[in-house]
Amino acid sequence: MRSPLLDTEGLNQCIHCGLCLEACPTYRITRLETESPRGRLHLMSAIASARIDPRESDAAVLHLDRCLACRACEAVCPSGVPYGELIEEARADIARARGTPPLGRLALWSVSRPRVLGALAALLALADRTGLRAGARRILPPRLRRLDALAPPPGRPAYQPVAVEAPRASVALLLGCVMRVSYGDVHTATARVLARLATRVVEVADQGCCGALHAHAGDNAEAVRLAKRNVAAFERSGAEAILANAAGCGAFLKSYAHLLEGDPEWAQRAAAVASRVRDINEYLAVAADGATFGELAMRVTYQDPCHLAHAQGIRAEPRALLGRVHGLELIEMADADVCCGSAGYYNLAQPDYADRLLEEKIDAILATRPDAVVTANPGCMLQLAAGLRARGKSIPVLHVVEVLERAMRSA
Amino acid sequence: MRQLQEICGDDNVFWRAEDLLVWEYDAGFDRHPPSAVAVPGSTAEVAAVVKAAHDAGTAIVPRGAGTGLSGGTIACAGAIVVSTARLRRIVAIDAAARMAVVEPGVPNVAVSAAAREVGLFFAPDPASQRISTIGGNVGTNAGGPHALRYGSMVNHVLGIEMVLPNGEIARFGGTAADLPGYDCVPLIVGSEGTLGIITKIWLRLLPLPEDIRTFVAIFPDIDRGARAASAIIAGGVVPAAMEMLDNVTIGTLNAAFDVHLPPDAGSLLLVEIEGLHEETEDWAASIERLLRKNGATDVRSAASAAERELLWKARKLGYAALARIKPNNYLHDAVVPRTRMPEVLKQVNAIAERYGYVIANMFHIGDGNLHPVLLFDARTEPIDRVMEASAEILKVAIDAGGALTGEHGIGLEKNHFMPWVFTAEDLDAMRRARDSFDPDGTMNPGKIFPGGEACADIPTERTKRVLAEGMWV
Repeated sequence: MRSPLLDTEGLNQCIHCGLCLEACPTYRITRLETESPRGRLHLMSAIASARIDPRESDAAVLHLDRCLACRACEAVCPSGVPYGELIEEARADIARARGTPPLGRLALWSVSRPRVLGALAALLALADRTGLRAGARRILPPRLRRLDALAPPPGRPAYQPVAVEAPRASVALLLGCVMRVSYGDVHTATARVLARLATRVVEVADQGCCGALHAHAGDNAEAVRLAKRNVAAFERSGAEAILANAAGCGAFLKSYAHLLEGDPEWAQRAAAVASRVRDINEYLAVAADGATFGELAMRVTYQDPCHLAHAQGIRAEPRALLGRVHGLELIEMADADVCCGSAGYYNLAQPDYADRLLEEKIDAILATRPDAVVTANPGCMLQLAAGLRARGKSIPVLHVVEVLERAMRSA
Repeated sequence: MRQLQEICGDDNVFWRAEDLLVWEYDAGFDRHPPSAVAVPGSTAEVAAVVKAAHDAGTAIVPRGAGTGLSGGTIACAGAIVVSTARLRRIVAIDAAARMAVVEPGVPNVAVSAAAREVGLFFAPDPASQRISTIGGNVGTNAGGPHALRYGSMVNHVLGIEMVLPNGEIARFGGTAADLPGYDCVPLIVGSEGTLGIITKIWLRLLPLPEDIRTFVAIFPDIDRGARAASAIIAGGVVPAAMEMLDNVTIGTLNAAFDVHLPPDAGSLLLVEIEGLHEETEDWAASIERLLRKNGATDVRSAASAAERELLWKARKLGYAALARIKPNNYLHDAVVPRTRMPEVLKQVNAIAERYGYVIANMFHIGDGNLHPVLLFDARTEPIDRVMEASAEILKVAIDAGGALTGEHGIGLEKNHFMPWVFTAEDLDAMRRARDSFDPDGTMNPGKIFPGGEACADIPTERTKRVLAEGMWV
């Protein structure tokens, strides 16, 4: 069976030089070519040329499943291999041949339905309050215990829009799925920091989940459906910039142009919307040029989210923003831009590899003796918090905008 | 297979066809999957794997990061691949002895990174150094741009621990100078895995230079750049590195890295000098004068360490960036006497033009190590024709009194061309040296030596053999 989905031009771009190997988190922990970007590209080529049938080969599919899609390889590839797009195409191809596993299907089904996600969060909060969750933790099987440990924190305040008098600029904010339900206060912090710059966040009613998780898991049709809904919603908003404070979502919004390029009705519209997307760090670094953010005496270390550093090339901006907080000390951890193992629902699907990556990450964090860990993506926040908790550490994990907002308040 | 799994653990042994596919390549052309792969985690495990293979009469191909360009790690004749990628400890950095002790899977660049903390560095710096391993560097006697001043691996390896083909662990050379008797270390360096599997290496470290200066000189064409390079060497100053980049390369580096080189330059020399401040001051003046006198239209020096690092990053990753022009390329490694450089370059470019290939030149002009790269698309342009052009390029270099390889090794790529430079008696002497380590010929069969049948089922290997035997008169 020849693959119609894989971009053979992109695959052909790989010359097997191997320069990606040391950048790959799974190669770093295994030193196996099967778990390297070059190996995975070769397996994709083998699928594309029908040397491997994905329906038959569990081994090849496993190696591709173990890819975090962190795109660290893409960032260091001199040949310009579009790895991120290729792994998504390969996964779509495999999903078509074999179907998506039930756990993944359930996760994907719920995130694109805000009401379901909201109900789940409410249930979790209730279980927390009644002590049911603590009790259940003792009797749950390991797989579910894991799900419990990595579940988004219940009970964080919901997003509260911030009024801005005489705004100088208006922006839209992607509220997303998990962010909206579990990290509403990060949205509020975002709006407050923007308000300080006389920038108003306009309401965009019909927006929803960006579809990144679906695309990463190979569910292209659902990703396209969600993308179209967001393109239409953000078009109507008329906002000059569309901000994302979840790195994974921002990277995916920026790739809407590619996702919808084959659809004549949507291609141009998607490209127009995508060109207005900015990560919050990217936007603030420009908009707040020269401004400082008050004071916060704190020693922090910063974890690069993969889809910020590798997919969007945004590394200096969050550090520069933190540098504008008086009294804040940023200590770089070793390998700050190596994936923490979160990667969508990778930490549930590939627990062994995710744990090995997380262990190394927590070691690197603790070596800096921080008061807090700062990052810019909900998946990383969840994973790092779970890792720190497992080691009995009460070090908080904060989003960059939370740090800025706290510093502003103290000023 | 059971035995290999018991030695290395289930996760580190591979035998399914689809797993083996990812060990069928290196960074060159020849492709062939091994019959199995073992990735041992210690010297003892390597020894046990080698012993088991030896007892079973199975051939072994050692492999590091698989960045080789000459097919040295391609397994044929039913061989298994033994990867040293998991042996990646830096055992010691000894500042007092100016020495590093490392396992073979350590990437080259990690040695200098570790040594920098005590004011030392490791000199060999192949372009692949971010990923290529010390074990592979030893196997191919790798060099890099700075080989001009410091020499290649053979000048920097003090000692080697190696698992012999029968599974015994032996040690050669070491920390004390002036060992009596035959020195086997230089024989093992460059032996491309045909004598055993290296499991530990003692490396010479050097003090970091006090001052480094990096110049970029622009020339209207290749010829004037080449003559300027010769003039610098003749002038008595030996730079630490001297690289030439041609126009095609310059365009590619501009596209792939943020280097902003002049896009219409015919050629560019990247010249680096290292030493005490007093020395570099004098050398800088004399090099700049020579560059301008020999036709440089512009000479500038890197203003900061960051700019210097960017220039070297672009140079060292430039080969892979060429894939932006055409998806396939053939990177050559011939060496020619420096005095013949300008005329050889002309002939090489003429061959590419006659065959209709885009050619990119990015190479160590200071020591005459050419790296012409033929760019093509394997989907539409037959590989046999590329190899024919390549054989012609090699012949030009040999006719000029040159050598087959500067640093990539012979492997499967140039084994059949060995008779172009060595007599039957020479080759026989080399075979006898190999046989004293590996009487059964089970270590990396089919490599280095010409005429063998071990890898004859690889189509590219057959093509090269026909060319090598047909073109030599």
